[in-house]
Amino acid sequence: MITGDDDEKWLAAATAAVKQNAFYMQRAIDSNNLKDALKFSAQMLSELRTSKLSPHKYYELYIRVFDELRKLEMFFKEETGRGCSIAELYELVQHAGNILPRLYLLCTIGSVYIKSNDVTAKDILKDLVEMCRAVQHPLRGLFLRSYLAQVTRDKLPSIGSELEGDADAHMDALEFVLQNFTEMNKLWVRMQHQGPNREKEKREKERNELRDLVGKNFHVLSQLEGVDLGIYRDTVLPRILEQVVNCKDELAQCYLMDCIIQVFPDDFHLQTLDVLLGACPQLQPSVDIKTVLSGLMERLSNYAVSSVEALPNFLQVDAFSKLNYAIGKVVEAQVDMPASGSVTLYLFLLKFTLHVHADRLDSVDQVLGSCVSQLSATGKLCDDKASKQIVAFLSAPLEKYNDVVTILKLTNYPRVMEYLDHERNKAMAIILIQSILKNNTHIATADEVDALFELIKRLIKDFDGTTDSEVDEEDFQEEQNSVARLVHMLYNDDPEEMAKIIFRVKKHILTGGPKRLPLTIPPLVFSALKLIRRLRGGDENPFGDDTSATPKRILQLLNETIEVLSDVSASELALRLYLQCAQAANDCELETVAYEFFTKAYLLYEEEISDSKAQVTALRLIIGTLQRMRVFNVENRDTLTHKATGYSARLLKKPDQCRAVYECAHLFWADNCENLKDGERVVLCLKRAQRIADAVQQMANASRGTSGTGSVALYVELLNKYLYFLEKGNAQVTGDIIQSLAELIKSDTKNVESGAGSFISSTLRYMEFQRQQQDGGMSEKYQKIKMEWFE
Amino acid sequence: MVLVLALGDLHVPHRAADLPPKFKSMLVPGKIQHIICTGNLCIKEIHDYLKTICPDLHIVRGEFDEDARYPENKTLTIGQFKLGLCHGHQVIPWGDLDSLAMLQRQLDVDILVTGHTHQFTAYKHEGGVVINPGSATGAYSSINQDVNPSFVLMDIDGLRVVVYVYELIDGEVKVDKIDFKKTSTTNSAP
Repeated sequence: MITGDDDEKWLAAATAAVKQNAFYMQRAIDSNNLKDALKFSAQMLSELRTSKLSPHKYYELYIRVFDELRKLEMFFKEETGRGCSIAELYELVQHAGNILPRLYLLCTIGSVYIKSNDVTAKDILKDLVEMCRAVQHPLRGLFLRSYLAQVTRDKLPSIGSELEGDADAHMDALEFVLQNFTEMNKLWVRMQHQGPNREKEKREKERNELRDLVGKNFHVLSQLEGVDLGIYRDTVLPRILEQVVNCKDELAQCYLMDCIIQVFPDDFHLQTLDVLLGACPQLQPSVDIKTVLSGLMERLSNYAVSSVEALPNFLQVDAFSKLNYAIGKVVEAQVDMPASGSVTLYLFLLKFTLHVHADRLDSVDQVLGSCVSQLSATGKLCDDKASKQIVAFLSAPLEKYNDVVTILKLTNYPRVMEYLDHERNKAMAIILIQSILKNNTHIATADEVDALFELIKRLIKDFDGTTDSEVDEEDFQEEQNSVARLVHMLYNDDPEEMAKIIFRVKKHILTGGPKRLPLTIPPLVFSALKLIRRLRGGDENPFGDDTSATPKRILQLLNETIEVLSDVSASELALRLYLQCAQAANDCELETVAYEFFTKAYLLYEEEISDSKAQVTALRLIIGTLQRMRVFNVENRDTLTHKATGYSARLLKKPDQCRAVYECAHLFWADNCENLKDGERVVLCLKRAQRIADAVQQMANASRGTSGTGSVALYVELLNKYLYFLEKGNAQVTGDIIQSLAELIKSDTKNVESGAGSFISSTLRYMEFQRQQQDGGMSEKYQKIKMEWFE
Repeated sequence: MVLVLALGDLHVPHRAADLPPKFKSMLVPGKIQHIICTGNLCIKEIHDYLKTICPDLHIVRGEFDEDARYPENKTLTIGQFKLGLCHGHQVIPWGDLDSLAMLQRQLDVDILVTGHTHQFTAYKHEGGVVINPGSATGAYSSINQDVNPSFVLMDIDGLRVVVYVYELIDGEVKVDKIDFKKTSTTNSAP
């Protein structure tokens, strides 16, 4: 066993010996002493006979020797110039004692003579490559042959060199390199079996350090003149693959396959795809085929991207089917491959397809399908690693097309999604929604809506065995808000199709359950209201059947939908939505429908809304909406108004009552509609409000000024309201009314430090301003009022 | 020069998916000193987004807002101006300028900012100015048939305020501006 320290020691000793011998060799060269030069070089080379060094250290020694041998090579060149023949040099070298030094010297000499006319290059190369067989020790043999390759490299006819040669010369050089490679690989593989079993890992590490020695041969091959596609296909590749397969060594196979893919041109690979892929199943089962195939696919993808002219070739050789088939075979053969492995393979194939055949959706779909078949056939469990790969798998087409509508056309996409666990499935669904929002994708048909909602179904409803009760509340809301936003991206210009979409969405959303509905129903409602507005603009289709889109049908749908909300305790929201629908019905002249919505809103108000603040707001909304309604006949309007004023008078707090009641005054006066101006009832309403304000006043007096300011503000508000109606031309607003109000306001401000002071001043200022108005008849109206009342 | 962004009635996600991208690219953090918002965001995500544009955010409650803690109305002073903020569904009839003028007198402010109608208005009357920035997302409104996304930027400088209104019409952002000057006599004593 070679320990670290020993290693250093031996290397140091060997290096010293090399240096010394090199010195003497140089001296001999300087004095043209061939015999001595050979003697000392042989001694120097003897150091390479050592078994004591690790590969790494051996390499260091080798480099030193290599550098020194260059001087010798130069010397040999000069000798040939002096007429010394190769045969003579060979003769002299035979006297070197040991075989390894002898061979190094023969290689050196041989390489010098390749260019000469003494012997043919072919013979020299053949001899040298054969002779090296004498060294069967893996490490030493490997370096020896590496030396042979290095020293002959620039003497072979390669691209860009001056040694053109003829076709035969090319083949000879080719044969030489192939043979050298084959022998080197054999030696390299043999290293695996040297030494005890327990050192296996160490050996593999050492082998890895040496691998480039073997791999370099491919570089040489790729540079050789005359290695065109034909030669590559007929000679080079088969020979290489034969060795790769037959050596049955995992390390070698893995490395060499990768080397082939990286070194030789991409269009060669394309044209020999069959052969290359055919070798894959023949490799050792422990070889990580994934890396090999993915390396290949990646190179081909990049090739497709960089050379658009080459794209037709891809189709011509049907690269896609071949790769698809090959992957299938590999996955089938390697039964122990985990799910993450097969998904990764298909992921690379998918990326390849997206680069090369992006427009062929059927191919993309096929890849998805193959992956699904594989996963289902083998029943593999999807662990964390596999799941991550599946997410990458699903994201790849999304990133490529940036268009969820395209994704919806991939029939196998939902099937792949099924292999994700619940959480990841939802996360993927969110990614899809975000893509739609970011890219402003419009989902335009009801069928697309169905397909989309199928993909995001785990966001839409609960699934057996998974309850979202442990989900963080905020996360859940964000999730549902995403779904809500999505609803607005579902759109079609054609109202009929849009109506279909709305009906479909409703169907999906209503499966959501009580937690989801308050978040998902509102966007549906407003989307429908927008459609109704569009339908109003168009002509009513006289030949439309029962199923065609009409405002009435859609409002009916909304009625049913909003009702669900009140079942899940979202009454305030439901009330607001009913009122929205009522307004829409009003705009469509659908009196009964509008009345129905008001009835429902009122029912909710009476029975479900109990918080006093909520009541105040709800009532305001009711009054505000009712004030704008024009579609009701007198009776209906009166009924609704009467109820509203009733609610107003019964609010919990008196100030709220007062305000709600004076707001109801507006229900009797519509600015743009002559027959809705009932001056008397306006004033009755305001007087009623005033009585409530009086009650507030009395309560304040009784409790000695704790909340005294409240009533003054109310009186000033009422004053402003009277002024409003006065200006609108309500003749029932008389001077007396104003005067009495003025008295109340004055008396209060005397007693209490009121916060309403600024309101009073601004009101007075306003009144003065109006009195001064020159045009519009305003000053006439204000004649009734005397400013002295307020002093 | 103080820049105040006024916007509201976004109704996300009930009525709109998000602000228009052209608006979002204009609303860059660090340029605006105050934001006043008329309400109906409706969700926390929008609140957080507005906070990134400017931390000094004032909001009042719209009837669809998720957060019940926003006040019904608010007053604040910026420079020489007193501003009042109220969503507007509380003022009946909705959108009626005379009723809004009453609210303005009640709050005693120079500028009243309100929403609810999804219709941009800038209206000067005896008591001051009423500004409605419209709906920043162009959300559906039962009151207004034809809504374009809009918001307002006020440049308050001494006794003068320049109101810039940005409206998205047919995919293009159109800007208009209105000048208001305040005379110190309209400022009533506290």
